[in-house]
Amino acid sequence: MTKKKLTLVMMDAPFENARTVTGLRLIDAAVRRGHDVTVFAYEGAVALTFARQAPHANAVHGRDAAQEDHPLPKDWIASLMEDAPRHGGRLEWINCGLCVDERGVGEAIPGAKRGSPADLWKAAEASDNTLVIGTR
Amino acid sequence: MESYLLFESQEPLECAQVPRHYALAAGLKKEGNRVTLFLVQNGVAAARRSLRSDALSQLIDAGVEVLADDFSLRERGMSALRLTAGVKVATIAEALDQFAEGRKALWL
Repeated sequence: MTKKKLTLVMMDAPFENARTVTGLRLIDAAVRRGHDVTVFAYEGAVALTFARQAPHANAVHGRDAAQEDHPLPKDWIASLMEDAPRHGGRLEWINCGLCVDERGVGEAIPGAKRGSPADLWKAAEASDNTLVIGTR
Repeated sequence: MESYLLFESQEPLECAQVPRHYALAAGLKKEGNRVTLFLVQNGVAAARRSLRSDALSQLIDAGVEVLADDFSLRERGMSALRLTAGVKVATIAEALDQFAEGRKALWL
């Protein structure tokens, strides 16, 4: 398949819904195909790239943080960003700035940008296709 | 003719809107479009062969392609052998390819 420009829009906050995992799986599949992917995160999804997400221990099960190996969305996204160029594509991640400010999650991982709905419009205009994964 | 890719992440017992989503798929097909319903997350639960399988069987009989995400099936311990006839097991990459080819994509 030829290289495409794809935009995905994500809304769910981290650690809450399987839609986040499915969205990231779609992004992973797109990255592996070498497509250029833009993600516009808004509402709770802007916390997906929050740099201060931290693994924790599980006292109930008697496991420390390393044993618990708690998955963090910021690490998955960083890995996808790192992986994209190896497959000949790129992953651009844009967080809605107003949503970031509301939630105080401005400290994002490297590569995650701050933007506005205008950036979503531009990305969708430039893309071959756009999928909105809204909260239900 | 347009081509549609509909993502269904819920099942009828979980959300009363799901039958309407199926009706949307049926309606789009009836209008002469190419339609794929991609069942993902809890959406795959509806694909289990049961007394309530009729809704998906009717879609399949009408010509809607019904795909069930392999990862979601594995998560729920669902065997492909016990799915409603006509439901195909697919990977998320197959859904991505349909999306990338330009199908109108809706997350229901």
